[in-house]
Amino acid sequence: MARLMGLTGNEAIAYAVKQCNVDVVAAYPITPQTIMVEVISEYVYNGEINAEFVCVESEHSAMSACVGASLTGARVFTATASQGLALMHEMLYIASGLRCPIVMGVANRALSAPLNIHGDHSDMMGSRDCGWIQIYAENAQEAYDWVIQAFKIAEDPRVLLPVSVNIDGFILSHSMEGVNVLDDDEVSRFLPPRRPLITIDPAKPITVGALCLPDYYFEIKFQQIQALREAYNVIREVNKEYESLSGRKYGFIESYAMEDAEAAIVCLGSTAGTAKAVARELRKEGKRVGVVKPWVYRPFPEDDLIRALGDVKVLAVLDRACSFGAPFNALCSDVVATLYRNGKDIKIFNCLYGLGGRDITPSDLRVIFNEALEIAETGKVKEHMKFVGVRE
Amino acid sequence: MSEFEKKLGWKSLPIGGYLLEPGSALKYKTGDWRAFKPVIDQKRCINCLLCWIYCPDAAIIRLEKYVDVNYDYCKGCGICANECPVKCITMVEERR
Repeated sequence: MARLMGLTGNEAIAYAVKQCNVDVVAAYPITPQTIMVEVISEYVYNGEINAEFVCVESEHSAMSACVGASLTGARVFTATASQGLALMHEMLYIASGLRCPIVMGVANRALSAPLNIHGDHSDMMGSRDCGWIQIYAENAQEAYDWVIQAFKIAEDPRVLLPVSVNIDGFILSHSMEGVNVLDDDEVSRFLPPRRPLITIDPAKPITVGALCLPDYYFEIKFQQIQALREAYNVIREVNKEYESLSGRKYGFIESYAMEDAEAAIVCLGSTAGTAKAVARELRKEGKRVGVVKPWVYRPFPEDDLIRALGDVKVLAVLDRACSFGAPFNALCSDVVATLYRNGKDIKIFNCLYGLGGRDITPSDLRVIFNEALEIAETGKVKEHMKFVGVRE
Repeated sequence: MSEFEKKLGWKSLPIGGYLLEPGSALKYKTGDWRAFKPVIDQKRCINCLLCWIYCPDAAIIRLEKYVDVNYDYCKGCGICANECPVKCITMVEERR
């Protein structure tokens, strides 16, 4: 029986984690994620879940403790944001390199300096190449649903990689929405206890994290490359199974009004919600626009993107993190690479927006859609990189 | 390279570079790090064992009247050749 609960993004993730019967949570508080682990610590204190909550002295230690716990075969969760994720950076690679299926909630926040606590994607994009599966949710419902699926994806023996579930700081982490939740036993049936392939066990000693020199390192890294490729199939399977359980359909990409779209916005996370609302209005005015929202950013869903794009002529790719000095920001670079590899000649421009939590408004998006439509008309891209709303 | 075991590919290696049994370092033949190989002129060796004492990898083998080298583990540092009082050890470049 589905129930509707009023939950913020942080609370939705915490509630999902509770239902996933985690064994260990090691975390350090940081805005705007704090409530996520605060709620989990209450669950542990109240005896609502039988988990070990490890209070650590930093995020570096949080991820270190998570790696150790995961290697014993435990189901492990942590959460962080911004500077916390940056401090974890080193350990993120160790978690993926040692094939620990940890799930982490990230309430995306800008990086200092200047100091800022609000939402943008600089934190996760800064650790983009850490070998984790990376998912971006549009709202609290998606965050809840993806966390439950994330454990199943991460722990699959074909994958064994950590997963980050990203929600926009404050915009999602602190906004309360109606969230349809599953029953505890439904989640338990979908996600049985973890069955690890290898664990650290005093009765059968193994070495984990040994020195690996030039003659073997590349092969071990290739295993990770292959695991991310396998993850592509596993994610698809898990999405299907979750759909039959919850009635909610997930995939690599959500496309909105793309059937006959001439111009489209590609963006991650909560911005897609606003973009869809604006597209709906523009459609009423007879303008053929759509929205493409990758749910899964790593592994990057090339085939799904190409399918979603259909016969679109122009793409405005929106990035909420800056790749300083790069020809395009991160998401746009991936989209351009995908088009190139598939021989698609689609006009593209990149919009850098919303840094430090600056709002992206319906009127901002309307301007972007209209510029994309103008390019569809003229075939000429005036500016390849736009900086939405920045003052001179 | 033929004197060393064939290196495993990504499909056969344990996941994540785990070592699934203790004492496996013995199986790791560090001899293929060598750029120069010590060659002992055993006719001139006086069996003083200074090379055996100085070798940091315990790669000098003591025999009855002279010494030999365990090329599986000799990394070719050249300390033996430097210390040899009768200069009967020559460092010869490896060609692979």
